Amino acid sequence: MNGARVEFRGLRRTFGATVALDGLDLTVEPGTLIALLGPSGCGKTTALRCVAGFEHPDAGAVLLDGKDITRVPANRRDAGMVFQSYSLFPNLNVYDNVAFGLRVRKVPAAKRRARAAELLELVGLPAHGERYPHQLSGGQQQRVALARALALEPRVLLLDEPLSALDAKVRVALREEIRRLQLSLGITTIFVTHDQEEALSVADQVAVLRSGRLEQVGAPAEVYDRPATPFVAEFVGTMNRLPGRLDGQEVEVAGQRLPVHGETPGTPEVDVLVRPETVLVTAAYDGEAVVLTSSFRGASVRLLLRTDDGTELLADLPAHDAARLAPGQRAGFRLVQRPVLVGPRTTVSPPATATAAAD
Amino acid sequence: MAETHPAAPAGLPVRTGGGNRPRSTGWTGALPLLAFVALAFGIPTVALLGGAFTADGAPSTANLTASLQGAYLTALIGSVKLSAVVAIGGAVAGTFLAQAVVTSRFRALREAVLTASGVLANFGGVPLAFAWTATLGNSGVLTTRLALGEHGWSLYSFWGLALVYLYFSVPLMVLVVVPALDGLRPQWREAAQNNGASAWQFWRYVGIPVLTPSLLGGVVLLFGGAFAAYATAAAMVGTVVPLVTLQIADALTGNVLIGHENVALALSFDMIMVAGLVMAVYLPLQRRSARWLR
Repeated sequence: MNGARVEFRGLRRTFGATVALDGLDLTVEPGTLIALLGPSGCGKTTALRCVAGFEHPDAGAVLLDGKDITRVPANRRDAGMVFQSYSLFPNLNVYDNVAFGLRVRKVPAAKRRARAAELLELVGLPAHGERYPHQLSGGQQQRVALARALALEPRVLLLDEPLSALDAKVRVALREEIRRLQLSLGITTIFVTHDQEEALSVADQVAVLRSGRLEQVGAPAEVYDRPATPFVAEFVGTMNRLPGRLDGQEVEVAGQRLPVHGETPGTPEVDVLVRPETVLVTAAYDGEAVVLTSSFRGASVRLLLRTDDGTELLADLPAHDAARLAPGQRAGFRLVQRPVLVGPRTTVSPPATATAAAD
Repeated sequence: MAETHPAAPAGLPVRTGGGNRPRSTGWTGALPLLAFVALAFGIPTVALLGGAFTADGAPSTANLTASLQGAYLTALIGSVKLSAVVAIGGAVAGTFLAQAVVTSRFRALREAVLTASGVLANFGGVPLAFAWTATLGNSGVLTTRLALGEHGWSLYSFWGLALVYLYFSVPLMVLVVVPALDGLRPQWREAAQNNGASAWQFWRYVGIPVLTPSLLGGVVLLFGGAFAAYATAAAMVGTVVPLVTLQIADALTGNVLIGHENVALALSFDMIMVAGLVMAVYLPLQRRSARWLR
């Protein structure tokens, strides 16, 4: 199975007054897994459906290996899709669901069955062929849907939030399995999700969308560590907004001077965007902050601190380092010396935490 | 929980007569329904069977034999034919109409059609016969305006009656099948398309099989409705179209011959048998079509 290059060129799609895609330009390299990430209504599902052929853009084009497929009917595209909600045909058993596309193409029954068995083996359900969808768990249904999507050996795999209806444990296991399959098959995969952790953990590339436009595309670490815009910084992961003052290419924040990366607003008074894990906290009786809350997260602890000037900020530190930082304790902190993003000064607000929302 | 009796081998559970097992009283909630069924269905059925198998005060199958001969048999066959035509025609037309409504972008149209269907499905009897007679009867508005009589049109015929029966059967089918069509998930169609299926292949392999239990139920409902209908036919066609319900009414009221009341009961028994036959065909089909639901 070889992956195809998928290109979105100036894709625009409106629904009445709502602009779902506003000139989306994006290229997905062959054999890679790209996650389309963004808040609800950012257009990520619409973009995916344009590749599947279920939506037709008002302007722009979708290219598959350089060939314009924008007007190709959905049933003639070389793309397999797994849907968000369970979409197995309820009247067909697992074998027949997986072999549906082969049946439509009039492949002989014996071949269909052999291929279905092979795919069910691949997704870890070799003994479930005779069952009907309602006899399967949600995770099993999505595995079958994945097998069905791969049955015709498509060159592009489209995943429309396939894990969102599953419980946390199954979600993690299945996303790792999807990644393993994608790597072994080398199929170009577009994975729509609103879950940043999911996107960062499985994708080769993460594309962050906002209001139908591409904000940033890059490797997960790049998007996380070097967000191109304040929106990306705050949407991907958790971000503190600390008051700072611009001075040339540096910003003064919490008594430190940090280099600025990215664009700067016109005014010297800015908000400095700082990740919680770049806030280094130590217990200190004469420290400039007090611990308000401490939430245990397994390997790490997240502290909410309030500085003497009233600024609140989050800090993540290893659990074993947080033993002496109980709520009410005074603490000192400093920021890791690394480039930071700045944005226009907003009102004093608690740290921004990216929230997940369905697209 | 089973107890262990002191005299029994260790570990073996022994029933203690069930006296300490709480008895289920859940069925008592069904008592009013059971009483109603016994009154409204059980007693008439017993009376019907008693009368059908009694002639001159003695047990006999003479009434049953008579009900399956001559004009009575013709009427019975006529009713079955009419009901079959209405059931199949109504199911097909109703399903297409329902699909058009379900896929319409205009919510107001959907609501209007469903409301109209709710009203029209219950429009029957003499008012319905009058409405059709005034419109398409021999002197009906449309018959005279369009000179339909010159083209051989007659409402008072088998097909005329079938048309009138379809008038309430199609809306009934719409009401039955719309929830089933609503239950067809758009993702199934998209998944089928994604697997290379055309619209026809989607309906053939997924849509129709999923709908079949509901469609079969609708066909049986329409068949039953047409088979048991009386007042509209009585007001419209009289004896022109032979129907078993008209024959029963004539025999009960002594309209043509007196003393045939028990033949009427035998005809009713025939109707029960026909309904039973229909169910005997329907149930295995329904079970087969719905095996994926179990």
